[in-house]
Amino acid sequence: MGRIVLEKVKKSFGDVTVIPPLDLEINDGEFVVFVGPSGCGKSTLLRLIAGLEDVSGGKIEIDGNDATFIPPAKRGLAMVFQSYALYPHMTVRKNIAFPLRMAKLDQAEIDRRVNNAAEVLNLSDYIDRRPGQLSGGQRQRVAIGRAIVREPAAFLFDEPLSNLDAALRVGMRLEISELHKRLKTTMIYVTHDQVEAMTMADKIVVLRAGNIEQVGSPLELYRAPKNLFVAGFIGSPKMNFIEGEEAAKHGAHTIGIRPEHIEVSGDKGAWSGVVGVSEHLGSDTFFHIHETGLAETITVRADGEVDFKHGDRIHLTPREDVIHKFDANGLRIE
Amino acid sequence: MATQHSRSAARLMMAPAVVLLLGWMLVPLTLTLFFSFKKYLPMRGDSLERGLDWVGFDNYVRFLGSSSFWPSVQATLVIVGGVLAITVILGIFLALLLDQPFWGQGIVRILVIAPFFVMPTVSALVWKNMFMDPINGILAHLWRFFGAEPVSWLSDASVQSIILIVSWQWLPFATLILLTAIQSLDSEQLEAAEMDGAPPVKRFFYIILPHLGRAITIVILIQTIFLLSIFAEIFVTTGGAFGTRTLTYLIFQRVIDSQNIGLGSAGGVYAIILANIVAIFLMRIVGKNLDQ
Ligand SMILES: Nc1ncnc2c1ncn2[C@@H]1O[C@H](COP(=O)(O)OP(=O)(O)OP(=O)(O)O)[C@@H](O)[C@H]1O
Ligand SMILES: [Mg+2]
Repeated sequence: MGRIVLEKVKKSFGDVTVIPPLDLEINDGEFVVFVGPSGCGKSTLLRLIAGLEDVSGGKIEIDGNDATFIPPAKRGLAMVFQSYALYPHMTVRKNIAFPLRMAKLDQAEIDRRVNNAAEVLNLSDYIDRRPGQLSGGQRQRVAIGRAIVREPAAFLFDEPLSNLDAALRVGMRLEISELHKRLKTTMIYVTHDQVEAMTMADKIVVLRAGNIEQVGSPLELYRAPKNLFVAGFIGSPKMNFIEGEEAAKHGAHTIGIRPEHIEVSGDKGAWSGVVGVSEHLGSDTFFHIHETGLAETITVRADGEVDFKHGDRIHLTPREDVIHKFDANGLRIE
Repeated sequence: MATQHSRSAARLMMAPAVVLLLGWMLVPLTLTLFFSFKKYLPMRGDSLERGLDWVGFDNYVRFLGSSSFWPSVQATLVIVGGVLAITVILGIFLALLLDQPFWGQGIVRILVIAPFFVMPTVSALVWKNMFMDPINGILAHLWRFFGAEPVSWLSDASVQSIILIVSWQWLPFATLILLTAIQSLDSEQLEAAEMDGAPPVKRFFYIILPHLGRAITIVILIQTIFLLSIFAEIFVTTGGAFGTRTLTYLIFQRVIDSQNIGLGSAGGVYAIILANIVAIFLMRIVGKNLDQ
C-alpha cells in the first residue's frame, strides 16, 4: 500500500513561502515524477512528505491515516538522497542492514533480506566494501538497497541520478524503472531532467515556484500542455513560441509548435528563414533558423540525412493539427 | 605529487625544514644523553670546563630506584588520562550543543575559546586563589552556603584539582576541533538515519561518533603531547606535593632543587621512553582511525 494524499499542504521558511497551499493525490503503485526548474520547491515537497520538514499548514495522509505529525521513521517511507547519504564507516552490508537493525529484526531475517537486496541490485561482489571504495553507480545501488530492504509503502527519490555520468544515468534509469515494475510500490521521484520525467513516470507533476502547473501522464503533458510554462518545459528541444500576426491567424495570442512538428524543405513552405547553428545527432539534426520574421529563433528537427549549410535559406511548414494555441494569459485554448 | 619531478622538488623544498627540525631535536637530545652518563653536580664544583666524571648507568639506576619514581609515573598517567577523558567527553557534548542554532551563537563560541588564551600560570593561579582557596574561594563560599565543610582542594583532592584546572584549559581546544568535525558531517546522513528509524541517541552512536573518530584521534594525540609535560599548573598550585609530582616535575626537582643535572638528564631519558610508550599505545588504539 502506498497512497499519499496532500491537502492544502503549505510550507514557509520564515517569511518566504516556498510552497503555497497545494493539493495532490498519489495512488498506490504509481511512479510519480516531480519536475520543475531549480529552486521551485521539489525537494522541499519531497521532504515534507518524508517528514524531514514540518508543514506550515495542511494535511498529509498516507494510506488513509493522517501522517502530518508522524515522525519520519514511522511513516513507512524510504528515501534515496542525491548525495546517497551512505554511512561511510559501515560496509555495504551494514549500510543496507542498518534500517533493519534499527527495527530490531532478528539476525536471520536481516541476513535474508540483505542478501536478497544485494542479489537484486548486483551488489553481492562488493558487499563487504565500504562506500568510499565504490563507484558512483554502485553507491547509488547501495542507497537503493538500503531503501528496498525496509519494504516501505513508498520510495522517495531526490535527484538520485544527477551525480552520475550520462551513460550510467541511462542505465540506472532503466534499473529504477525495472525495480518499480517488479516491486509495484509507489515511487515519488524528483528530477529537473525532463527526459527522466518523460521516460520513467506514470504521472508527472510540473512545479513552478511551489505551484503545481499541471499533473498528467507524460503524453498528456506532451500533447496538451495546459499553459506556456508546461509547454516550454516538457519536450526537448523546447517548443517554439510565435506571437503576433501569425498567432492571430490561428485566433491565439501565442502559438506553440514543437521542433519535430515542422517540415523542412529547400524550395517551398509556409515560412522561410536562414539556417544558423545545426546540431547533428546522427539520427536527427536540429536546425536553428533565424530571420523568419516570426520569432528570434525557430528550432526544427529534420532527419539525420538532411544537410543544410550555415546561411542557407530554407522553407518551413508547420503541421497544422499539432499547433498549440495560448491566450494572452498563457493558458491553452482548445 | 605524482611525477618524479614533483617528488624531487618536494623533497628539495622540505629539506631546510627537516634539517632545522632535526637539529632542534638532536642537539638537546644528544646533550641530555651525554649528561645522563655523567656526574654533574654544579653546587659541588662540577663544571664542563673541568670535565665531568663518567659514571655509566649510575644515574639511571638511582633515578629508577628512587621511591618517588613510580608514583610520579602513575601521577603523570592519571593526570593525562583524566584530562583526556574529561576534555574529550565534555568536548563532544559542548560541540553538539554549540552546533545547535541559538541566539548569540557567535559570542558564545568566542567565549568558549577564551580559556585557551589564558596562560597556564595565570589560569592555575586564578583557580587556586579565586575558586579553590579553602577560606575565601568561591567554592568554599558555595560549600558553606549549603552548610558543608569547605574542602581544601589542593591538599585533600590535589590530583583531581590539577585535572580540573588543566581540563578547563584544554576543553576549548577539544571543543573547537570537535565542533568543526561535527559541522562537516553531511546532514543528509543524519536525515537518512532518521528515516531509517534511528532515534537521536542511536544517531549519535552510529553516525556522529564514528564521524568524529578522526577528530577525537587528533585531539587525543595533540593533547597527550602537551599534557605529558604540564608543569606550570603544578608549580604554582601544589608545588609537586600531595601526590601531584609528575615525571616532568620530578626531573625539574632533581635538576633545580637537588642541583643534580646528571640525575635529571637520566630522568629526561626515561620521560622520552615513557612518551614513546604512550605514543605507541595511542597509535595502536586510535591511530587506525587516521588512515580510513
Ligand atoms: N532550510 C531552508 N531555509 C530557507 N529557505 C529554504 C530552505 N530550504 C529551501 N529553501 C528555499 O526553498 C526554495 C525551494 O528549494 P528546494 O530545495 O525545494 O528547490 P528544488 O526544487 O529542489 O531545487 P533544485 O532542483 O535546485 O534541487 C528555494 O528557493 C530555497 O532557497
Ligand atoms: Mg532539490
